[in-house]
Amino acid sequence: MNITTLTSKRFLVPAVLLLVLVLLAIAPRLIGLDHINIMTDLIMWGVLAVSWVIFSAPTGYMSLATGGFFGIGLYTSAILYAREGVLLPLPACIVVGGLFSFCAALGIGAVTLRLRGIYFAMFTFGVVEFSNRFFNWFELEIMGARGRNVAVVDTATLYYIALIIVVAVMVTAYLIKRSRYGLALQGIGEHEEAAAHMGVDTTRLKILTFAISAFFMGAMGVATGPRVFYVDPTTAFNANYTFLPVLMALFGGMGQLYGPILGAVSFGYLRYYLITKVPYQYMLIFGITLVLVVVFLPQGVGGLIQRVQNRLGGLITKLRKGGPVEQHANT
Amino acid sequence: MPILEGQDVTKFFGGLAAVSHVDFHVDQGEILGLIGPNGAGKTTLFNLISAAIPFKSGEMRFKGHKLNGLKPHQICKLGVSRTFQETKVFANISVLQNVLVGAFFGTPTRVSAADAAREASQALEFVGLTAMSALPTKDLTMVNQKRTEVARALATKPELLLLDELMAGLTPAEVSEAMELVTRIRDKGITVFMVEHVMKAIIGICGRIMVLHHGEKIAEGTPQEIVANKKVIEIYLGEETRAGS
Repeated sequence: MNITTLTSKRFLVPAVLLLVLVLLAIAPRLIGLDHINIMTDLIMWGVLAVSWVIFSAPTGYMSLATGGFFGIGLYTSAILYAREGVLLPLPACIVVGGLFSFCAALGIGAVTLRLRGIYFAMFTFGVVEFSNRFFNWFELEIMGARGRNVAVVDTATLYYIALIIVVAVMVTAYLIKRSRYGLALQGIGEHEEAAAHMGVDTTRLKILTFAISAFFMGAMGVATGPRVFYVDPTTAFNANYTFLPVLMALFGGMGQLYGPILGAVSFGYLRYYLITKVPYQYMLIFGITLVLVVVFLPQGVGGLIQRVQNRLGGLITKLRKGGPVEQHANT
Repeated sequence: MPILEGQDVTKFFGGLAAVSHVDFHVDQGEILGLIGPNGAGKTTLFNLISAAIPFKSGEMRFKGHKLNGLKPHQICKLGVSRTFQETKVFANISVLQNVLVGAFFGTPTRVSAADAAREASQALEFVGLTAMSALPTKDLTMVNQKRTEVARALATKPELLLLDELMAGLTPAEVSEAMELVTRIRDKGITVFMVEHVMKAIIGICGRIMVLHHGEKIAEGTPQEIVANKKVIEIYLGEETRAGS
Protein backbone atom coordinates (compact mmCIF):
# COMPACT_ATOMS: atom_id res chain seq x y z
CA MET A 1 0.00 0.00 0.00
CA ASN A 2 1.43 3.39 -0.92
CA ILE A 3 0.59 7.01 -0.20
CA THR A 4 -1.58 7.58 -3.28
CA THR A 5 -3.90 4.67 -2.54
CA LEU A 6 -4.16 5.87 1.04
CA THR A 7 -5.15 9.40 0.10
CA SER A 8 -7.62 8.30 -2.54
CA LYS A 9 -9.14 5.82 -0.09
CA ARG A 10 -9.48 8.53 2.52
CA PHE A 11 -12.14 10.24 0.42
CA LEU A 12 -13.53 7.33 -1.55
CA VAL A 13 -14.39 4.99 1.31
CA PRO A 14 -16.40 7.46 3.44
CA ALA A 15 -18.19 8.70 0.32
CA VAL A 16 -19.21 5.18 -0.71
CA LEU A 17 -20.22 4.31 2.86
CA LEU A 18 -22.35 7.45 3.12
CA LEU A 19 -24.05 6.70 -0.19
CA VAL A 20 -24.81 3.12 0.87
CA LEU A 21 -26.18 4.31 4.21
CA VAL A 22 -28.43 6.92 2.59
CA LEU A 23 -29.74 4.34 0.12
CA LEU A 24 -30.38 1.88 2.96
CA ALA A 25 -32.10 4.58 4.99
CA ILE A 26 -34.55 5.49 2.23
CA ALA A 27 -35.00 1.89 1.05
CA PRO A 28 -38.40 1.38 2.78
CA ARG A 29 -39.78 4.22 0.63
CA LEU A 30 -38.35 2.75 -2.55
CA ILE A 31 -39.18 -0.94 -2.35
CA GLY A 32 -41.98 -3.10 -0.98
CA LEU A 33 -42.25 -4.29 2.59
CA ASP A 34 -41.63 -7.91 1.55
CA HIS A 35 -38.26 -6.93 0.25
CA ILE A 36 -37.60 -4.89 3.35
CA ASN A 37 -38.19 -7.99 5.42
CA ILE A 38 -35.62 -9.88 3.35
CA MET A 39 -33.17 -7.03 3.76
CA THR A 40 -33.67 -7.09 7.52
CA ASP A 41 -32.88 -10.79 7.40
CA LEU A 42 -29.68 -10.17 5.45
CA ILE A 43 -28.68 -7.43 7.86
CA MET A 44 -29.24 -9.84 10.75
CA TRP A 45 -26.82 -12.31 9.17
CA GLY A 46 -24.40 -9.46 8.59
CA VAL A 47 -24.50 -8.50 12.28
CA LEU A 48 -23.87 -12.10 13.33
CA ALA A 49 -21.02 -12.54 10.85
CA VAL A 50 -19.32 -9.27 11.83
CA SER A 51 -19.71 -9.95 15.55
CA TRP A 52 -18.22 -13.40 15.08
CA VAL A 53 -15.31 -11.93 13.14
CA ILE A 54 -14.57 -9.33 15.86
CA PHE A 55 -13.36 -12.06 18.19
CA SER A 56 -12.63 -15.17 16.17
CA ALA A 57 -10.82 -13.74 13.14
CA PRO A 58 -7.84 -12.09 14.86
CA THR A 59 -7.47 -14.54 17.75
CA GLY A 60 -8.03 -17.73 15.78
CA TYR A 61 -10.34 -18.95 18.55
CA MET A 62 -13.17 -20.56 16.61
CA SER A 63 -16.29 -19.75 18.61
CA LEU A 64 -19.35 -21.88 17.92
CA ALA A 65 -21.45 -20.12 20.53
CA THR A 66 -23.02 -17.55 18.18
CA GLY A 67 -26.36 -19.35 18.21
CA GLY A 68 -26.33 -19.38 21.99
CA PHE A 69 -25.85 -15.65 22.39
CA PHE A 70 -28.36 -14.97 19.64
CA GLY A 71 -30.81 -17.34 21.35
CA ILE A 72 -30.41 -15.48 24.63
CA GLY A 73 -31.45 -12.36 22.73
CA LEU A 74 -34.45 -14.09 21.20
CA TYR A 75 -35.56 -15.32 24.60
CA THR A 76 -35.09 -11.88 26.08
CA SER A 77 -37.50 -10.50 23.50
CA ALA A 78 -39.96 -13.32 24.18
CA ILE A 79 -39.98 -12.56 27.90
CA LEU A 80 -39.56 -8.77 28.11
CA TYR A 81 -41.40 -7.98 24.88
CA ALA A 82 -44.03 -10.73 25.04
CA ARG A 83 -47.31 -10.53 23.18
CA GLU A 84 -49.11 -11.02 26.51
CA GLY A 85 -47.50 -7.93 27.94
CA VAL A 86 -44.62 -5.66 27.04
CA LEU A 87 -42.39 -5.01 30.06
CA LEU A 88 -39.87 -2.66 28.48
CA PRO A 89 -39.72 -0.57 25.30
CA LEU A 90 -37.99 -2.42 22.46
CA PRO A 91 -34.73 -0.37 22.46
CA ALA A 92 -34.35 -1.06 26.19
CA CYS A 93 -35.04 -4.77 25.59
CA ILE A 94 -32.32 -4.80 22.94
CA VAL A 95 -29.76 -3.31 25.31
CA VAL A 96 -30.82 -5.67 28.10
CA GLY A 97 -30.65 -8.71 25.80
CA GLY A 98 -27.24 -7.60 24.64
CA LEU A 99 -26.09 -7.28 28.23
CA PHE A 100 -27.45 -10.76 29.08
CA SER A 101 -25.36 -12.19 26.27
CA PHE A 102 -22.40 -10.06 27.31
CA CYS A 103 -22.57 -11.49 30.85
CA ALA A 104 -23.09 -15.04 29.59
CA ALA A 105 -20.00 -14.61 27.42
CA LEU A 106 -17.98 -13.34 30.38
CA GLY A 107 -18.88 -16.51 32.25
CA ILE A 108 -18.35 -18.89 29.35
CA GLY A 109 -15.16 -17.07 28.40
CA ALA A 110 -13.71 -17.32 31.89
CA VAL A 111 -14.16 -21.09 31.75
CA THR A 112 -13.44 -21.90 28.12
CA LEU A 113 -10.80 -19.45 26.95
CA ARG A 114 -8.15 -21.57 28.61
CA LEU A 115 -8.92 -24.12 25.94
CA ARG A 116 -7.35 -23.79 22.54
CA GLY A 117 -8.15 -24.92 19.04
CA ILE A 118 -10.68 -27.65 18.54
CA TYR A 119 -11.39 -27.94 22.28
CA PHE A 120 -12.58 -24.37 22.46
CA ALA A 121 -14.77 -24.84 19.39
CA MET A 122 -16.34 -28.02 20.76
CA PHE A 123 -16.94 -26.56 24.20
CA THR A 124 -18.66 -23.46 22.86
CA PHE A 125 -20.80 -25.63 20.61
CA GLY A 126 -21.65 -27.76 23.62
CA VAL A 127 -22.79 -24.66 25.49
CA VAL A 128 -25.33 -23.89 22.74
CA GLU A 129 -26.64 -27.45 22.76
CA PHE A 130 -26.82 -27.37 26.52
CA SER A 131 -28.79 -24.11 26.43
CA ASN A 132 -31.20 -25.69 23.97
CA ARG A 133 -31.82 -28.71 26.25
CA PHE A 134 -31.90 -26.62 29.39
CA PHE A 135 -34.48 -24.18 28.07
CA ASN A 136 -36.52 -27.09 26.75
CA TRP A 137 -36.56 -28.68 30.18
CA PHE A 138 -37.17 -25.37 31.91
CA GLU A 139 -40.11 -24.43 29.67
CA LEU A 140 -41.79 -27.82 29.89
CA GLU A 141 -41.15 -28.72 33.51
CA ILE A 142 -41.14 -25.35 35.23
CA MET A 143 -43.27 -23.08 33.04
CA GLY A 144 -45.56 -25.84 31.85
CA ALA A 145 -45.62 -24.73 28.22
CA ARG A 146 -43.11 -24.72 25.42
CA GLY A 147 -42.69 -21.65 23.25
CA ARG A 148 -43.60 -18.00 23.63
CA ASN A 149 -45.08 -15.31 21.42
CA VAL A 150 -43.37 -12.01 20.82
CA ALA A 151 -45.24 -8.71 20.49
CA VAL A 152 -45.82 -7.39 16.99
CA VAL A 153 -43.63 -4.61 15.61
CA ASP A 154 -44.03 -3.15 12.12
CA THR A 155 -41.60 -4.21 9.39
CA ALA A 156 -40.07 -0.80 8.73
CA THR A 157 -39.25 -0.23 12.41
CA LEU A 158 -37.54 -3.59 12.66
CA TYR A 159 -35.58 -2.77 9.55
CA TYR A 160 -34.34 0.51 10.97
CA ILE A 161 -33.43 -1.12 14.26
CA ALA A 162 -31.41 -3.77 12.42
CA LEU A 163 -29.76 -1.00 10.42
CA ILE A 164 -28.73 0.81 13.59
CA ILE A 165 -27.32 -2.41 15.09
CA VAL A 166 -25.32 -3.25 11.98
CA VAL A 167 -23.85 0.25 11.87
CA ALA A 168 -22.99 -0.01 15.57
CA VAL A 169 -21.30 -3.40 15.17
CA MET A 170 -19.36 -2.23 12.10
CA VAL A 171 -18.13 0.89 13.89
CA THR A 172 -17.17 -1.22 16.93
CA ALA A 173 -15.35 -3.76 14.77
CA TYR A 174 -13.50 -0.97 12.97
CA LEU A 175 -12.49 0.78 16.18
CA ILE A 176 -11.26 -2.46 17.76
CA LYS A 177 -9.37 -3.49 14.64
CA ARG A 178 -7.45 -0.26 14.31
CA SER A 179 -6.79 0.14 18.04
CA ARG A 180 -3.92 -1.19 20.14
CA TYR A 181 -6.28 -3.92 21.29
CA GLY A 182 -6.79 -5.05 17.70
CA LEU A 183 -3.04 -5.40 17.41
CA ALA A 184 -2.88 -7.36 20.65
CA LEU A 185 -5.68 -9.68 19.49
CA GLN A 186 -3.68 -10.37 16.34
CA GLY A 187 -0.69 -11.11 18.50
CA ILE A 188 -2.77 -13.55 20.54
CA GLY A 189 -3.79 -15.28 17.31
CA GLU A 190 -0.19 -15.70 16.22
CA HIS A 191 1.69 -16.43 19.44
CA GLU A 192 -0.37 -16.09 22.55
CA GLU A 193 2.56 -16.63 24.97
CA ALA A 194 4.65 -14.00 23.21
CA ALA A 195 1.79 -11.52 23.47
CA ALA A 196 1.51 -12.22 27.20
CA HIS A 197 5.26 -11.73 27.67
CA MET A 198 5.01 -8.38 25.91
CA GLY A 199 2.60 -7.18 28.58
CA VAL A 200 -0.77 -8.07 27.08
CA ASP A 201 -3.24 -9.31 29.68
CA THR A 202 -4.37 -12.00 27.26
CA THR A 203 -7.05 -13.59 29.43
CA ARG A 204 -8.80 -10.30 30.14
CA LEU A 205 -8.57 -9.08 26.56
CA LYS A 206 -9.91 -12.35 25.16
CA ILE A 207 -12.83 -12.53 27.56
CA LEU A 208 -13.75 -8.88 27.07
CA THR A 209 -13.62 -9.10 23.27
CA PHE A 210 -15.62 -12.33 23.34
CA ALA A 211 -18.22 -10.56 25.48
CA ILE A 212 -18.36 -7.50 23.20
CA SER A 213 -18.99 -9.71 20.20
CA ALA A 214 -21.67 -11.56 22.20
CA PHE A 215 -23.36 -8.26 23.07
CA PHE A 216 -24.17 -7.60 19.42
CA MET A 217 -25.29 -11.18 18.84
CA GLY A 218 -27.69 -10.86 21.77
CA ALA A 219 -28.91 -7.42 20.71
CA MET A 220 -29.63 -8.73 17.22
CA GLY A 221 -31.46 -11.67 18.79
CA VAL A 222 -33.83 -9.31 20.61
CA ALA A 223 -34.40 -7.31 17.43
CA THR A 224 -35.19 -10.53 15.55
CA GLY A 225 -37.74 -11.78 18.11
CA PRO A 226 -40.65 -9.70 16.82
CA ARG A 227 -39.82 -10.76 13.25
CA VAL A 228 -40.09 -14.50 13.99
CA PHE A 229 -43.19 -13.96 16.23
CA TYR A 230 -42.73 -17.26 18.04
CA VAL A 231 -39.72 -18.37 20.10
CA ASP A 232 -39.05 -21.84 21.46
CA PRO A 233 -35.77 -23.46 22.46
CA THR A 234 -35.32 -25.39 19.22
CA THR A 235 -35.75 -22.35 16.97
CA ALA A 236 -33.88 -20.01 19.33
CA PHE A 237 -30.77 -22.15 19.77
CA ASN A 238 -30.74 -23.36 16.18
CA ALA A 239 -27.34 -24.46 14.91
CA ASN A 240 -27.93 -22.42 11.73
CA TYR A 241 -27.34 -19.25 13.73
CA THR A 242 -23.98 -20.66 14.77
CA PHE A 243 -22.69 -22.05 11.50
CA LEU A 244 -24.09 -19.76 8.81
CA PRO A 245 -22.32 -16.63 10.12
CA VAL A 246 -19.03 -18.53 10.09
CA LEU A 247 -19.61 -19.69 6.53
CA MET A 248 -20.65 -16.18 5.52
CA ALA A 249 -17.49 -14.72 7.03
CA LEU A 250 -15.41 -17.28 5.12
CA PHE A 251 -17.39 -16.61 1.95
CA GLY A 252 -16.89 -12.87 2.22
CA GLY A 253 -13.33 -13.03 3.48
CA MET A 254 -12.12 -11.85 6.86
CA GLY A 255 -9.21 -9.72 5.72
CA GLN A 256 -11.40 -6.65 5.29
CA LEU A 257 -14.25 -5.46 7.44
CA TYR A 258 -16.69 -5.38 4.54
CA GLY A 259 -15.91 -9.05 3.85
CA PRO A 260 -18.34 -10.57 6.36
CA ILE A 261 -21.08 -8.13 5.30
CA LEU A 262 -20.51 -8.98 1.67
CA GLY A 263 -20.57 -12.65 2.57
CA ALA A 264 -23.74 -12.33 4.63
CA VAL A 265 -25.59 -10.42 1.92
CA SER A 266 -24.55 -12.62 -1.01
CA PHE A 267 -24.69 -15.89 0.86
CA GLY A 268 -27.88 -14.93 2.69
CA TYR A 269 -29.59 -13.89 -0.52
CA LEU A 270 -28.46 -17.02 -2.33
CA ARG A 271 -29.84 -19.11 0.51
CA TYR A 272 -33.14 -17.24 0.49
CA TYR A 273 -33.40 -17.52 -3.28
CA LEU A 274 -32.67 -21.24 -3.28
CA ILE A 275 -35.06 -21.97 -0.42
CA THR A 276 -37.93 -20.19 -2.13
CA LYS A 277 -37.22 -21.18 -5.75
CA VAL A 278 -35.73 -24.67 -5.53
CA PRO A 279 -36.47 -25.87 -2.00
CA TYR A 280 -35.54 -29.48 -2.73
CA GLN A 281 -32.22 -28.84 -4.41
CA TYR A 282 -31.39 -25.98 -2.06
CA MET A 283 -28.97 -27.81 0.18
CA LEU A 284 -27.21 -29.44 -2.75
CA ILE A 285 -26.57 -26.21 -4.66
CA PHE A 286 -25.73 -24.40 -1.44
CA GLY A 287 -23.17 -27.02 -0.52
CA ILE A 288 -21.54 -27.07 -3.95
CA THR A 289 -21.25 -23.28 -3.93
CA LEU A 290 -19.58 -23.38 -0.55
CA VAL A 291 -17.06 -26.01 -1.64
CA LEU A 292 -16.25 -24.01 -4.78
CA VAL A 293 -15.69 -20.85 -2.75
CA VAL A 294 -13.41 -22.57 -0.27
CA VAL A 295 -11.39 -24.17 -3.06
CA PHE A 296 -11.12 -21.25 -5.45
CA LEU A 297 -11.48 -18.21 -3.21
CA PRO A 298 -9.65 -19.03 0.01
CA GLN A 299 -9.56 -15.33 0.87
CA GLY A 300 -13.29 -15.04 0.17
CA VAL A 301 -15.03 -12.54 -2.07
CA GLY A 302 -13.28 -9.72 -0.23
CA GLY A 303 -9.94 -11.23 -1.18
CA LEU A 304 -11.04 -11.42 -4.80
CA ILE A 305 -12.00 -7.75 -4.74
CA GLN A 306 -8.58 -6.88 -3.31
CA ARG A 307 -6.92 -8.83 -6.10
CA VAL A 308 -8.99 -7.06 -8.76
CA GLN A 309 -8.19 -3.72 -7.12
CA ASN A 310 -4.48 -4.48 -7.22
CA ARG A 311 -4.72 -5.51 -10.87
CA LEU A 312 -6.65 -2.35 -11.73
CA GLY A 313 -4.19 -0.26 -9.74
CA GLY A 314 -1.34 -1.84 -11.69
CA LEU A 315 -3.15 -1.26 -14.97
CA ILE A 316 -3.77 2.40 -14.17
CA THR A 317 -0.11 2.87 -13.24
CA LYS A 318 0.81 1.26 -16.53
CA LEU A 319 -1.47 3.53 -18.53
CA ARG A 320 -0.18 6.62 -16.74
CA LYS A 321 3.47 5.80 -17.04
CA GLY A 322 3.16 3.96 -20.31
CA GLY A 323 5.58 1.47 -18.82
CA PRO A 324 5.32 -2.12 -17.74
CA VAL A 325 3.02 -3.01 -14.86
CA GLU A 326 4.83 -3.05 -11.59
CA GLN A 327 4.44 -6.39 -9.88
CA HIS A 328 3.14 -6.08 -6.36
CA ALA A 329 4.50 -8.48 -3.81
CA ASN A 330 1.05 -9.15 -2.44
CA THR A 331 -0.73 -10.02 -5.67
CA MET B 1 23.71 -4.67 43.73
CA PRO B 2 21.40 -7.49 42.54
CA ILE B 3 18.44 -6.52 40.36
CA LEU B 4 17.12 -10.10 40.38
CA GLU B 5 17.62 -12.62 43.15
CA GLY B 6 16.51 -16.22 43.31
CA GLN B 7 16.62 -18.50 46.30
CA ASP B 8 16.11 -22.24 46.28
CA VAL B 9 14.36 -22.02 42.89
CA THR B 10 12.99 -25.47 42.07
CA LYS B 11 10.74 -26.84 39.35
CA PHE B 12 9.71 -30.43 38.87
CA PHE B 13 8.29 -31.82 35.64
CA GLY B 14 6.69 -35.01 36.85
CA GLY B 15 9.44 -36.66 38.89
CA LEU B 16 12.23 -34.85 37.08
CA ALA B 17 13.79 -31.79 38.64
CA ALA B 18 14.22 -29.42 35.69
CA VAL B 19 15.59 -26.74 38.01
CA SER B 20 16.76 -27.87 41.41
CA HIS B 21 17.46 -25.66 44.43
CA VAL B 22 19.17 -22.96 42.41
CA ASP B 23 20.34 -19.81 44.18
CA PHE B 24 21.31 -17.07 41.79
CA HIS B 25 21.47 -13.34 41.37
CA VAL B 26 21.79 -10.92 38.48
CA ASP B 27 23.61 -7.70 39.26
CA GLN B 28 22.39 -4.34 38.02
CA GLY B 29 24.09 -3.40 34.75
CA GLU B 30 25.92 -6.67 34.07
CA ILE B 31 25.74 -9.20 31.28
CA LEU B 32 25.26 -12.58 32.93
CA GLY B 33 25.67 -15.69 30.83
CA LEU B 34 23.83 -18.95 31.48
CA ILE B 35 25.34 -22.06 29.95
CA GLY B 36 24.96 -25.79 30.29
CA PRO B 37 24.26 -28.92 28.25
CA ASN B 38 20.92 -29.39 26.51
CA GLY B 39 18.23 -30.17 29.06
CA ALA B 40 20.18 -28.53 31.87
CA GLY B 41 17.20 -26.31 32.75
CA LYS B 42 18.37 -23.02 31.27
CA THR B 43 15.19 -22.22 29.37
CA THR B 44 13.13 -23.55 32.28
CA LEU B 45 14.82 -21.03 34.56
CA PHE B 46 13.97 -18.26 32.06
CA ASN B 47 10.41 -19.55 31.89
CA LEU B 48 10.19 -19.42 35.66
CA ILE B 49 11.51 -15.86 35.83
CA SER B 50 9.14 -14.66 33.11
CA ALA B 51 6.23 -16.72 34.53
CA ALA B 52 5.75 -18.68 31.33
CA ILE B 53 5.40 -21.64 33.68
CA PRO B 54 4.02 -21.19 37.19
CA PHE B 55 6.59 -20.78 39.88
CA LYS B 56 5.82 -22.24 43.29
CA SER B 57 8.90 -23.60 45.00
CA GLY B 58 11.55 -21.14 46.13
CA GLU B 59 11.55 -17.40 45.93
CA MET B 60 12.53 -14.78 43.36
CA ARG B 61 12.68 -11.05 43.81
CA PHE B 62 13.06 -8.40 41.14
CA LYS B 63 14.10 -5.06 42.63
CA GLY B 64 12.54 -6.24 45.88
CA HIS B 65 9.21 -7.31 44.27
CA LYS B 66 8.33 -10.93 44.87
CA LEU B 67 7.74 -12.65 41.53
CA ASN B 68 5.94 -15.72 42.88
CA GLY B 69 2.41 -16.01 41.56
CA LEU B 70 2.63 -13.21 39.01
CA LYS B 71 1.38 -13.58 35.43
CA PRO B 72 3.64 -13.08 32.39
CA HIS B 73 2.17 -9.67 31.53
CA GLN B 74 2.73 -8.49 35.10
CA ILE B 75 6.37 -9.60 35.00
CA CYS B 76 6.78 -7.66 31.77
CA LYS B 77 5.26 -4.52 33.23
CA LEU B 78 7.60 -4.81 36.23
CA GLY B 79 10.51 -4.41 33.81
CA VAL B 80 11.59 -7.93 32.82
CA SER B 81 11.33 -8.69 29.12
CA ARG B 82 12.48 -11.65 27.05
CA THR B 83 13.07 -13.25 23.69
CA PHE B 84 12.48 -16.88 22.80
CA GLN B 85 14.72 -19.76 21.89
CA GLU B 86 12.45 -20.53 18.96
CA THR B 87 11.43 -17.12 17.70
CA LYS B 88 7.86 -16.23 18.47
CA VAL B 89 7.33 -13.21 16.27
CA PHE B 90 3.86 -12.27 15.10
CA ALA B 91 4.54 -13.48 11.57
CA ASN B 92 1.59 -12.05 9.67
CA ILE B 93 1.79 -8.48 10.87
CA SER B 94 4.50 -5.99 10.04
CA VAL B 95 7.79 -5.70 11.90
CA LEU B 96 6.72 -2.29 13.21
CA GLN B 97 3.42 -3.72 14.48
CA ASN B 98 5.29 -6.47 16.32
CA VAL B 99 7.31 -3.87 18.14
CA LEU B 100 4.24 -1.70 18.72
CA VAL B 101 2.64 -4.50 20.74
CA GLY B 102 5.55 -4.26 23.15
CA ALA B 103 5.46 -0.46 23.17
CA PHE B 104 1.71 -0.28 23.84
CA PHE B 105 1.41 -2.98 26.47
CA GLY B 106 4.82 -3.48 28.03
CA THR B 107 4.84 -0.61 30.49
CA PRO B 108 2.76 -0.25 33.66
CA THR B 109 1.23 3.06 32.58
CA ARG B 110 -0.90 3.66 29.49
CA VAL B 111 1.18 4.80 26.53
CA SER B 112 -0.22 7.25 23.98
CA ALA B 113 -0.21 6.20 20.33
CA ALA B 114 2.39 8.86 19.49
CA ASP B 115 4.72 7.74 22.29
CA ALA B 116 4.33 4.09 21.33
CA ALA B 117 5.15 4.88 17.71
CA ARG B 118 8.24 6.82 18.77
CA GLU B 119 9.34 4.08 21.16
CA ALA B 120 8.84 1.41 18.49
CA SER B 121 10.76 3.25 15.80
CA GLN B 122 13.61 3.94 18.23
CA ALA B 123 13.79 0.26 19.13
CA LEU B 124 13.81 -0.70 15.46
CA GLU B 125 16.55 1.79 14.75
CA PHE B 126 18.54 0.44 17.68
CA VAL B 127 18.52 -3.10 16.29
CA GLY B 128 18.99 -1.88 12.71
CA LEU B 129 15.63 -2.86 11.22
CA THR B 130 14.24 0.56 10.31
CA ALA B 131 14.37 -0.21 6.59
CA MET B 132 12.28 -3.36 7.06
CA SER B 133 9.72 -2.01 9.49
CA ALA B 134 6.84 -2.15 7.01
CA LEU B 135 7.46 -5.71 5.84
CA PRO B 136 5.40 -8.66 7.06
CA THR B 137 7.61 -10.25 9.71
CA LYS B 138 7.41 -13.69 8.11
CA ASP B 139 9.34 -12.32 5.11
CA LEU B 140 12.40 -11.59 7.24
CA THR B 141 15.41 -13.88 7.57
CA MET B 142 15.85 -15.72 10.85
CA VAL B 143 18.48 -13.32 12.14
CA ASN B 144 16.20 -10.38 11.43
CA GLN B 145 13.28 -12.12 13.08
CA LYS B 146 15.49 -12.50 16.15
CA ARG B 147 16.30 -8.79 15.96
CA THR B 148 12.57 -8.09 15.72
CA GLU B 149 12.11 -10.01 18.97
CA VAL B 150 14.86 -7.97 20.60
CA ALA B 151 13.28 -4.72 19.39
CA ARG B 152 9.87 -5.87 20.59
CA ALA B 153 11.34 -6.67 24.00
CA LEU B 154 13.22 -3.35 24.15
CA ALA B 155 10.02 -1.47 23.33
CA THR B 156 8.58 -2.66 26.66
CA LYS B 157 11.30 -0.57 28.34
CA PRO B 158 12.80 -3.40 30.38
CA GLU B 159 15.39 -3.06 33.10
CA LEU B 160 16.28 -6.71 32.75
CA LEU B 161 16.33 -8.47 29.39
CA LEU B 162 16.37 -12.26 29.11
CA LEU B 163 17.90 -13.40 25.82
CA ASP B 164 17.32 -17.08 25.08
CA GLU B 165 19.90 -18.28 22.55
CA LEU B 166 19.99 -15.12 20.51
CA MET B 167 23.02 -16.36 18.55
CA ALA B 168 21.93 -19.91 17.80
CA GLY B 169 22.08 -20.63 14.09
CA LEU B 170 23.80 -17.35 13.21
CA THR B 171 26.81 -17.04 10.92
CA PRO B 172 30.11 -15.91 12.52
CA ALA B 173 29.60 -12.42 11.10
CA GLU B 174 26.06 -12.29 12.48
CA VAL B 175 27.32 -13.50 15.85
CA SER B 176 29.74 -10.57 15.98
CA GLU B 177 26.91 -8.18 15.16
CA ALA B 178 24.73 -9.75 17.82
CA MET B 179 27.52 -9.48 20.39
CA GLU B 180 27.85 -5.82 19.58
CA LEU B 181 24.06 -5.41 19.88
CA VAL B 182 23.99 -7.06 23.33
CA THR B 183 26.84 -4.84 24.50
CA ARG B 184 24.97 -1.75 23.30
CA ILE B 185 21.86 -2.93 25.15
CA ARG B 186 23.90 -3.18 28.34
CA ASP B 187 25.42 0.26 27.69
CA LYS B 188 21.87 1.62 27.51
CA GLY B 189 21.58 0.65 31.17
CA ILE B 190 19.65 -2.57 30.63
CA THR B 191 20.84 -5.59 32.57
CA VAL B 192 21.19 -8.67 30.35
CA PHE B 193 20.77 -12.31 31.35
CA MET B 194 21.50 -14.57 28.40
CA VAL B 195 21.34 -18.28 27.64
CA GLU B 196 23.87 -19.12 24.99
CA HIS B 197 25.76 -22.02 23.47
CA VAL B 198 28.10 -19.92 21.36
CA MET B 199 31.10 -19.84 23.72
CA LYS B 200 32.90 -17.17 21.75
CA ALA B 201 30.01 -14.80 22.42
CA ILE B 202 29.60 -15.81 26.06
CA ILE B 203 33.26 -15.38 26.85
CA GLY B 204 33.50 -12.21 24.79
CA ILE B 205 30.74 -10.17 26.39
CA CYS B 206 29.65 -11.70 29.70
CA GLY B 207 31.06 -10.30 32.89
CA ARG B 208 29.97 -13.39 34.75
CA ILE B 209 28.80 -16.86 33.81
CA MET B 210 26.59 -19.36 35.58
CA VAL B 211 26.55 -23.05 34.67
CA LEU B 212 23.58 -25.39 35.05
CA HIS B 213 23.69 -29.16 34.81
CA HIS B 214 20.70 -31.44 35.44
CA GLY B 215 18.92 -28.45 36.91
CA GLU B 216 21.65 -27.73 39.45
CA LYS B 217 24.06 -24.86 39.52
CA ILE B 218 27.51 -26.39 39.26
CA ALA B 219 29.64 -23.31 38.76
CA GLU B 220 29.58 -19.55 38.69
CA GLY B 221 32.29 -16.99 38.01
CA THR B 222 34.14 -14.88 35.50
CA PRO B 223 34.64 -16.28 31.97
CA GLN B 224 38.27 -17.07 32.85
CA GLU B 225 37.24 -19.01 35.92
CA ILE B 226 34.55 -20.91 34.03
CA VAL B 227 36.74 -22.04 31.13
CA ALA B 228 39.31 -23.24 33.67
CA ASN B 229 36.76 -25.03 35.85
CA LYS B 230 37.37 -28.78 35.74
CA LYS B 231 33.75 -29.76 36.32
CA VAL B 232 32.50 -27.44 33.55
CA ILE B 233 35.09 -28.75 31.12
CA GLU B 234 34.16 -32.31 31.92
CA ILE B 235 30.42 -31.81 31.58
CA TYR B 236 30.00 -29.12 29.02
CA LEU B 237 33.02 -27.64 27.30
CA GLY B 238 35.14 -30.72 26.63
CA GLU B 239 38.92 -30.86 26.42
CA GLU B 240 39.15 -29.25 22.98
CA THR B 241 37.61 -25.99 24.08
CA ARG B 242 40.12 -25.82 26.86
CA ALA B 243 42.94 -26.45 24.46
CA GLY B 244 41.53 -23.88 22.07
CA SER B 245 41.02 -21.11 24.57
